Order: sequence, then structure tokens, then C-alpha cells
Amino acid sequence: MGIERHLNDTVHVTNLEWFVNWARKSSMWPLGFGLACCALEMIATFVSRYDLSRFGMEVARPSPRQADLMIVSGTCSKKMLPAVLRIYEQMTEPKWVIAMGACACTGGIYKNYAVVQGIDRYLPVDVYIPGCPPRPEALLDGILQLHAKVMKEQSIRNPRVHRIKGTRV
Amino acid sequence: MNQEAIRDKLISRFGQESIVGTVPFRDQITVTVVKEKIREVCLFLRDDPDLDFSFLSFVGGVDRYPDKPRFEVVYQLYSLKHNHRFRVKTMLEEPEKGMPTVDSVTDIWPTANWHERETAEMYGMVFSGHPDPRKLLLPDHWDCHPLRKDFPIEGTDADTPELPKGGKTEVLSS
Repeated sequence: MGIERHLNDTVHVTNLEWFVNWARKSSMWPLGFGLACCALEMIATFVSRYDLSRFGMEVARPSPRQADLMIVSGTCSKKMLPAVLRIYEQMTEPKWVIAMGACACTGGIYKNYAVVQGIDRYLPVDVYIPGCPPRPEALLDGILQLHAKVMKEQSIRNPRVHRIKGTRV
Repeated sequence: MNQEAIRDKLISRFGQESIVGTVPFRDQITVTVVKEKIREVCLFLRDDPDLDFSFLSFVGGVDRYPDKPRFEVVYQLYSLKHNHRFRVKTMLEEPEKGMPTVDSVTDIWPTANWHERETAEMYGMVFSGHPDPRKLLLPDHWDCHPLRKDFPIEGTDADTPELPKGGKTEVLSS
């Protein structure tokens, strides 16, 4: 019996934090880049059969400045690492990271001198998706997990710090 | 020409003192050349009208540690005109100081450029006379040769750091 009834369903009253989170998760634009074979499964997730646009995510941005989500899709070699870190630094906040596949999570089968043993040694990973490579359903599930996580964030009261590990703000 | 004819032609041209070994295996013959003669042999293989090896398929290395001589450089040749192939290799001793050296064949076959750069960084060899002796695949801040047999497969923090020293980021110890 408050303002909701008085405004006759034309205005929705909500918690500002909830609204901010909802806006962020409903149009989370991923960065369009792939590192290895997992990228093919990511591409399959984008196109019509699995149709990522159902979740407001069909716009893969070629520019990191317009992207919210970095999907580290595949093996990150040590030579590639500086480029990945630089792309992450160029993304505007808020930004999230998904480690897709065994290699991005832990280095996978590549326990050798050339491969970074898990991208979480540098980037603050939000969701880990196991698999070699993960099927598009697994990526979709990981993205929905990330959406659920975003909805729980204290985006106004306690905004999270996005930074590469080992760096000072 | 078949493999035996190519081998005989090489031996008759350069003699046993330059062609130090031939190994037949499954209808292929590998000829070993002393490293001082490798450019001369390659030029002959390319320019002789009966051989006409106009195409260098690849240059690669072999580490035979702990045998001596330790290193090999292998040249795989192909003739577009005659549709025949041949393999030539040379053996390199490991010097007490520095890296083994062999003459570059980049001016004979330009495609050898990147092949030799990769072989050089992976095995720690010097191709003397190479026009562009930079690294090809490995990060610039590494100082190691990963395809040598005594290289640890997982690398070390000293040899294969993930980022250059003094950079903005480094691994936390936790």
C-alpha cells in the first residue's frame, strides 16, 4: 500500500545496487579474442545454435575498452602473457575474467617451460570452467554462474578492486 | 635420379674426405658432410642441372647428448623439376666456450632464414653469415635453449621467467 500502488505499475522501485548489478549482468559484453582451441567452442557458443545473445552477450567487442568480460579461452603461453595482461589493463572497470578450459585454469597437459601454469597466477579469475575443451553448454553454465555472482556483488557499497596480481594500485 | 645416384654424384664430386658418411634406411639415404663444406655442397646440390634442388623443405637440429659430436644440423631438400628428395646433414662439436657454429645457407635458399633462426634459438647454435640472427619463437628475455637434451622440460624461474625482470608485474610468492 505504498508508492508502488500509487504509481500504478508505471515506475518500478528497486534497490539501486540490485539494479546496477542487473544492468551489468544483462549486457555483459565479452572481449572477442581467443588463445587456442577453446576459442572454437567459444565461437560455437556465440553463433545461432547456442546463441549467447539470449543473455545479452552477443556483442563480442574487438576493443578492450568496450568489453566487460575477458574469456581466457585456451592455453596461454609465456610469450602471449604480456599481451593478455595488457589487454586486461586496457579493459574499463568493472571487468570480469573467466578461465575457460584446463589450460587457462591450471596449464592443463602443458606442464612445460613455455606455458603459464594457470592464468590465475596473474588475473583475478571469477569463474573456472574445466574441460578440454569445455562444450558450449559448459561455457554457458559458467557464464550463468558469473551472472549469479554479479548479482550478489556489493557494487555500490563495496566495489571490488580489479588489478593484476602483484601490482600496486 | 634415385637416392643412390645422388649419393654417388656427391661422392664423386667432393670425395670421401668431405662426404664422411652415408646411411641408407628404408630407401632413403642420409649423407653427412663435414661442416666446412656444407655451403659448397649445398650450392652444388642446387645448381647442378641433374640434381636441381631448388627447394629447401626444412632445416632442423638434433642434440645427440651425451654422444660426440653432440649436434647435427639436417637439411631436407626437394627438387621441383625432377621430383626427388634428399637429406644432407652435418655434425657439430660442442666447443668448450660459446656455441657451435655452422655456415648459414640463407643466401642459397632464402627460406632457410626462419628455419635457421628457430634452430639457433632452440639448440644454441650460431649460423654464421645469417642476415637476421634474432630469436624467432622464444621470448626475448629468455637466455636458454629448450630443445637441448639437458634442458629441464618444466624450465626454471631463472631460465624461463614468465615476464621480463623489472617489469610491472611479477608472480606473488604465495
